[in-house]
Amino acid sequence: MFDFKIVTSWIDNLLRVDLGLDNFWTLAIEFILVGVALLAAYALIALVLIYAERKICAFFQCRIGPDRVGKWGLIQVIADMIKILTKEIIPIKRSEKLLFFLAPFFVIIGSFLTFGALPFAKGLHAIDFNIGVLYILAVSSLGVIGIVLAGWSSNNKYSLIGAMRAGAQLISYEISAGLALMTMVVLAGSMQLSTIVESQADGWFIFKGGIFALVAFVIYLIAGHAETNRGPFDLPESESELTAGYHTEYSGIMFGFYYVAEYTNLFIISAIATTMFLGGWMPLHIPGLDGFNQVMDYIPSAVWFFGKCAFCIFLALWVRWSYPRLRIDQLLKLEWKILMPISLINIAAVAVAVTI
Amino acid sequence: MDIAASDIIFYILAFVIAVSSVLTVTSKKLLHSAVYLLFTLLATAGIYFELNYHFLAAVQISVYIGGILVLLVFSIVLTSKVGEKMDTASVCKAAITALLVILGALFCGYIINTYLPDVKMAPAQQEVDMNTIGNSLLGTGRFEYILPFEAISVLLLACIIGGILIAKNNKKKEGEEE
Repeated sequence: MFDFKIVTSWIDNLLRVDLGLDNFWTLAIEFILVGVALLAAYALIALVLIYAERKICAFFQCRIGPDRVGKWGLIQVIADMIKILTKEIIPIKRSEKLLFFLAPFFVIIGSFLTFGALPFAKGLHAIDFNIGVLYILAVSSLGVIGIVLAGWSSNNKYSLIGAMRAGAQLISYEISAGLALMTMVVLAGSMQLSTIVESQADGWFIFKGGIFALVAFVIYLIAGHAETNRGPFDLPESESELTAGYHTEYSGIMFGFYYVAEYTNLFIISAIATTMFLGGWMPLHIPGLDGFNQVMDYIPSAVWFFGKCAFCIFLALWVRWSYPRLRIDQLLKLEWKILMPISLINIAAVAVAVTI
Repeated sequence: MDIAASDIIFYILAFVIAVSSVLTVTSKKLLHSAVYLLFTLLATAGIYFELNYHFLAAVQISVYIGGILVLLVFSIVLTSKVGEKMDTASVCKAAITALLVILGALFCGYIINTYLPDVKMAPAQQEVDMNTIGNSLLGTGRFEYILPFEAISVLLLACIIGGILIAKNNKKKEGEEE
């Protein structure tokens, strides 16, 4: 299978040996390259997802979706992007200026920090922490602060209600998402994302882990959808009651930040689910069938990763356009009285099963 | 990592910590203070990352920012309005604070003076393995921490029960008033 380490070490070699740069400049150039590549991927994935969402949503509702700009409306999203970049950013008169302009950056930085730690393909992994899963859970909590600050500093009661709902929802669902991931950490015996992917070479955890992995997978998907503020869990924005929730007062690219962060968060949730449950970039291997395994190895690892992500994203869109919105008490009841007890029992059971 | 590169990163982080901790205590707006505190804590986590102690950095982010700061921001958001400013402290209060700051600075200066030479002599540490941390946290041997761990878990349990009790009492009273 193609290893992206060849590319990265070639670049490193080019800078160090062929151009004769010293350690400092090599590192500086590599930092910038990694940052630019990640930022470009971040924006591109959001663009692709926005197009996919509009098309798939249209098909669910028996419409055609965007089809005027370019073939099948493919350039529509790019046109929309240019439009949002040229829009005026309107300062709100009685808002708290500093926090108002700072809030979107918290949201986008929180999701970008998570995005940077994902293993995209074999060897294509910006930073591989020993504590990978813990790191991902930790930095994703930055987004909550951005949302609450946005709602408060807009000085608008609908925004504030939306922000309070978002805070309650994100903090609650973080628990069962974390517990579901911890179940898989118990199975893998490691928190390092690369080790977790490697240990699924002889079968993905969703098959290997039996009932525990299946329960954790379903819980993680539900909690993950809730954490992206989408699907039946879009209470913080609920357009029919709160206008647009915490980002009502934002305009132009400031709103664009929230919009992009929402879609990339959807991708991140799917990518984490892929890595932890569906084997990450690992091809489908069935122990015993060597010929089959070899054929599967010829498919590039990036195709596997993004294919599985696309599957998880499609599940999310399917749920979003099929179910009505929950009420806030139903939402919290679902987390605290159903999901959290189940995931606690699940993690205890898997710990017992692994020790035996 | 190269010495020069890590030095630059350290100075940036140190600058952020110094400036935002001063701003935290001098800002007149409560929520601004909380946000400056957030920057201080984040930059501290950055220093842990730079020291290759990733576990402590992640714990710093998830406990201080994901837990305590979110709680702080929530309580400020619920109790204050946009445009509210805090009163200027009285002369007496300012004098006491100044005295405490000077004492604290002296204490820190003494500690740094006494122990910093030894710290610099310590060898560069490799990244601490997650398994090692887990084992020493839950071990019963020498330099292992099962007793504090259990004591803290009992304390947390007591906090949870207390929280539930307080929430239940309020509910009853509201019902009676109606």
